[in-house]
Amino acid sequence: RPKQEEFSEELLLKPFPDHKLLAHFHFQSSAPPSTSNGCHHHLFPKAISQLVQKFRIKEMELSFTQGRWNYESWGGFDPISSSNAKPPGVELWAVFDVPQHHIDASWKNLTHTLSGLFCAPINFLESTATYSTPEWSFPPASGNVRYGTLPCEAVCTENLTPWLKLLPCRDKAGIALLLDGPLLYRGFYHSQRLHLTSTGSSSEGIDSGIILEQTLTVVLQPNSEMAIEVHASEKHIQPSWSLSSIFGKQVSGICVLAKSSSVYLLLDRGLLAELKFPNKENGKSAANGLTSENFWSNPSFELSANPDRIFLEESSSHSKSLSILYMFQVEKYSESEPFDIGLMWKVPVAWLCQQTPLHASRFLMGSGNERAAIAISLKSTQFTEGFMSANSKDGSCELRVAVFQVVPWYVKVYFHSLRVFVDQQPRAVSDIIEKIHVSPSKDKMSPGVMEVVLKLPCRVNTAALTIEFDKGFLRIDEHTSDANQGFDIPSAIISFPNFHASMVFLKDDSLNKSPEKCPVMSYTEVLLVPLTTPDFSMPYNVITITCTVFALYFGSLLNVLQRRVAEEERFLKAKAAKKTGRLPLLLSKLSAKLRGRRLEPLHSPPSSSSFINSKLVLKVILVAGLAVGWQYFSS
Amino acid sequence: MAETKEKSLSDKKPKPRVRPIVRLGIFLISHSFHVSVVCCTAGVLALFLLPVLAKNTYISENALMPGSASPMLSNQHVSDGNRLVKDLTNPNSKSSETGIESHKIIAQYMLDLGAEVSFHKFHPQMNQFHPLHFFSSPDSGKIQENYSCSSYGINTVGIIRAPRGDGKEAIVLVTPYNALKSGFGEALSLGIAYSVFSLLTQVTWLAKDIIWLVADSQYGEYAAVAAWLREYQTPKFSSLSTPNAEMCPDVNNLFELKGHSISGSKFSNSFRRAGTMAAALVLKVRDQNEQFEDTISIYAEASNGQMPNLDLINVVNYLAVHRQGLRVNVEKLWSLLNSSWLKSLGEIFESLAKVAKSLYPKWKFGIPATEYVEGTATLASSLYYQALGVPTGPHGAFRDYQVDAITLEISPKFSLDKVWRNDILLRGGRLIEGVIRSVNNLLEKFHQSFFLYLLTSPSKFVSVGVYMIAFALLIAPLPMVAASLYVDANSSSNCSKGDSSTPSAITDTDEHSIAIRSWRWLNSAKLVFIVHLWGAIVSLLPYFISQIPDCSPTTSFMIWVLLSILSLLTLNSVLASPLACAKATQEKEWALVKSVTISSVFIGLGLMSVINFATAEIGALLMVPMCLLAQPLKLDVRAGTLRSFCRMICNLVLGHIAFPPAAFFLLKGMLDGFGNANVGDFWMWVESLWAWNSATYLFIGMVQLPCWVLCISILFHTC
Repeated sequence: RPKQEEFSEELLLKPFPDHKLLAHFHFQSSAPPSTSNGCHHHLFPKAISQLVQKFRIKEMELSFTQGRWNYESWGGFDPISSSNAKPPGVELWAVFDVPQHHIDASWKNLTHTLSGLFCAPINFLESTATYSTPEWSFPPASGNVRYGTLPCEAVCTENLTPWLKLLPCRDKAGIALLLDGPLLYRGFYHSQRLHLTSTGSSSEGIDSGIILEQTLTVVLQPNSEMAIEVHASEKHIQPSWSLSSIFGKQVSGICVLAKSSSVYLLLDRGLLAELKFPNKENGKSAANGLTSENFWSNPSFELSANPDRIFLEESSSHSKSLSILYMFQVEKYSESEPFDIGLMWKVPVAWLCQQTPLHASRFLMGSGNERAAIAISLKSTQFTEGFMSANSKDGSCELRVAVFQVVPWYVKVYFHSLRVFVDQQPRAVSDIIEKIHVSPSKDKMSPGVMEVVLKLPCRVNTAALTIEFDKGFLRIDEHTSDANQGFDIPSAIISFPNFHASMVFLKDDSLNKSPEKCPVMSYTEVLLVPLTTPDFSMPYNVITITCTVFALYFGSLLNVLQRRVAEEERFLKAKAAKKTGRLPLLLSKLSAKLRGRRLEPLHSPPSSSSFINSKLVLKVILVAGLAVGWQYFSS
Repeated sequence: MAETKEKSLSDKKPKPRVRPIVRLGIFLISHSFHVSVVCCTAGVLALFLLPVLAKNTYISENALMPGSASPMLSNQHVSDGNRLVKDLTNPNSKSSETGIESHKIIAQYMLDLGAEVSFHKFHPQMNQFHPLHFFSSPDSGKIQENYSCSSYGINTVGIIRAPRGDGKEAIVLVTPYNALKSGFGEALSLGIAYSVFSLLTQVTWLAKDIIWLVADSQYGEYAAVAAWLREYQTPKFSSLSTPNAEMCPDVNNLFELKGHSISGSKFSNSFRRAGTMAAALVLKVRDQNEQFEDTISIYAEASNGQMPNLDLINVVNYLAVHRQGLRVNVEKLWSLLNSSWLKSLGEIFESLAKVAKSLYPKWKFGIPATEYVEGTATLASSLYYQALGVPTGPHGAFRDYQVDAITLEISPKFSLDKVWRNDILLRGGRLIEGVIRSVNNLLEKFHQSFFLYLLTSPSKFVSVGVYMIAFALLIAPLPMVAASLYVDANSSSNCSKGDSSTPSAITDTDEHSIAIRSWRWLNSAKLVFIVHLWGAIVSLLPYFISQIPDCSPTTSFMIWVLLSILSLLTLNSVLASPLACAKATQEKEWALVKSVTISSVFIGLGLMSVINFATAEIGALLMVPMCLLAQPLKLDVRAGTLRSFCRMICNLVLGHIAFPPAAFFLLKGMLDGFGNANVGDFWMWVESLWAWNSATYLFIGMVQLPCWVLCISILFHTC
């Protein structure tokens, strides 16, 4: 008998060293690979299953992110941060299970479908100039993968609502009740993610199971009394919080459709090392006595609810301290007795989150509108030293860093200008780079892609990678409406193939249902390249100038065509012979003057004219003077 | 003359019709004297009319929305700022020799706000003359080996990351601070910046990152900011060029102490960056002030007369005047304020405007005479600082990287009581907050408003379309006079031959000589070219002179003058003499030389007006009359009429004034009085010009000086 469709909901809370709190919502629906139900589903969203079936998606991830993940204070090495820290804007990648030549067509259709589904302009990823094909340096997937980002896409509640609609209970019951739009978007980081994996025999297409993971990661500042007593002596104490104080709500019961519904509180290794549990000396007993009271009634903090279970991290080879996970089952609570959990700190603690081996930052160099350079600088974190000593059994220890960088076509990168500096010394590129794959950009066709694996010595302090580029000229219709803002270069992905972020807890649970190791990767900043912008009023000027040129050209052409030189001369002679009228005489005199036949200066033409003429001028001047005088004295 | 020739020709046979445009050209050329008098007068008049024609500024970019939100800076933030001021002015903090204590205090304050803090240490870089580095983008600094531990500065940099922003753009706030001998004003400026900074860590509307740079100004404000910008924009990754300042104990000490601060991860001794800079504000508070109300001065001129976008000035002006009740002023030439001729000119304009208004009520172009005088003084200073090409403050460093920046200098009415201090902190802070909030609203970079303008008051400006008219009128006669002189010189020799025989007798054999004559201008062109070559050599000489150690400005100047004269004589003897002798017999030689000189001056002025308008305008005022009037003195003496006598006097006066050093001393004397003028001053001035890569230096060396030499040579021409 085939398995049933399942849905589970989880919430993970984790305090950060900089007084902030991570709330990570994790909803998982799965549809079994069966044809028994036909196209009908009990729980699983039909839109998603149709999507998977139509485009033969093997794996897909779509994320909407606002804000930046602070790798320095929030860490980047644990599974949560390395899989949920996303670049700002929209990121989409998908692996297709279709023949090679159909992939691009599937991708295009997929982007259109998703943009309809999520009310976001994902269809901009349709054009070949916006998405790329990573070969091997994109860690989550390999093979027929397509990758595209929209860094400048603003994320808001209209993206959240369709995402919530995919949940069986929407945001009406269970943990999802806490998801309140305005509150989430007030946070310091907000990332909503949708991950699809189709399992089972994929060759038949229809007959495959699908796992849909929906996660929402928010970093919030616990609304504390901090602001008031900021100058108090205890300003370094972590803010105390509770679910109701953060979200303004309590969880009053579960979503009845969910198989499991639980809330976790994670205290990570660095924090635990600082806390110094009373029974830290006898670590063995702690691991055995999971229900032991002393894990949650600690001198330094206090939990407002009793955890249902406590998990200790399975000790891995290299870390001395372990993380701890408290689990609360929401099923036990009800409408009358809603679930709430709070953490009250008693003493100030400071710790560091687990960092990636190297901290990456990317910036632009140079000035002006012509050339610039992208620099990626890698700086070792404290974490590396401890880890490296454990890892360097043999003398030549190496740290591998993979860089995946996509640049839009108007940023014309010169790949030959790639330079590598290790510990402030310029190094030959061939010494440092283990593997490189470059696909140059084609104008208006495809972006440039650079995939590099660097091979750095373990003791490296700083490393830098620079590459120069020319700023391209865009046609007037290729500029966006806010062209003067500049153009974005999407985040580079820095990953560490040597490392895997994993957190294995002693008692296997739904959170760690997939204890497979997830790759350690971090995203760099989005860059803004100011390009030269045309004068957007240019079409008007062009029209004016073109019309003037045309007028001059046709005017003179007609003039030349009409003219008969012989007749003109005869006419002139006849005119000279004939006595002319007063006005023509005046005109001819003026023209003669213009031709410069006479020597009178310019400023006295009327006086040199005939008597009648001077009289006329006198009259005009008299009338004008009268008018001026009348105007002057009447007002 | 050209006219006589044409007349004689046209009398004989019916002349074929000439195109009107050609006729007009011929007409203008033949009346070049009148045209040039009219144009030059109109040009000067238009220049004096600019204050009248100035328009009111308006905020062009709608996204800025200045003052639409009520300021959030409260007394809480002000007291925070006050705390910092107290700590900094505390005598304990000044005990340290190097002033590191105060940097630590500032860094600690920033850290407590939750900002990312880093120190940037730099070695002051002496500006040096690089002959070929004009107009080139700022380089990443020269390699200098002889750094010592004692000479370095420390910039303290705090960065607030916009909580919901994407970090692509940043706004920079700069407060120069000299830890060694800081006045109360500097501490106060830090207090203002800190109160704004503490507010900005809490606000939710921030979309761009905020960088607060406390620039160590012990080696000059500009040097500190420029060093930081250089590191920000064009960092060096290889350590070969960086000095091993890590050896210096003081710096290590500084970093170590901060290292184990509690919020440790926020501090790092590596250089921190945010995104592309959208705008920068430099904030200063003046120590002494004799004014009766709180004023704020705006300095905007960057190198080579580049100005920030007018919208930035507009926003500051709008917020300061209409929201904070501060008086805004821009730099004025104070000596012009009391000049009576300007006042009477203003009165004339005023009465003219009155008459015009009474004639037709819609003609409202007049401004009061006092306003006119103030506007002219402001305009003159605006022109002067743009023409100088030297930035008027640390904001100039930003403009080199295409970042719009201005310096705000608050001069409070001075009193020591606490209420006053709070008041200035509150109002200054709210002003900065408002400006930052406006810039923060911007989606695109500044592009809507003007970049080319002259200010006549903080709220009035003259745009490029208006002030170019004055310049165009001034230089318009140049090509006409050149053409007229050329035609004149060519035809006069024709006539001298043609008078004897009938014009119809000009045969084919003469055509050859005509062809030769029509190429005669090449000799003059050669002379002009040689003089310009000499000008280029003269402008390169200071580079070599500056290499001579222990040279006082006066001696350097003397060496320069001597070498210049020597090189002129050498060039003349080597290149020019044989041909000059051969052609010296020709009459009207000077007219051709003048014609070519005028053409070259026209080209030079035209080019300069594109690079730096103000320099071209001032240069045109000096050179155009000189070029137009130049005529051999001998001729004038021979003529002996009143007109030629006047011309001779004008020529002699202009010949003195237009000599660049003479013009400099005259200007300096007019501004500061003639008492303390020194020959070495000119050398110092020139040194500062090339140190700032000012194009004015090139202009003086390669356009004005050759022109002057040529004019002088025309004056003393032996015809």
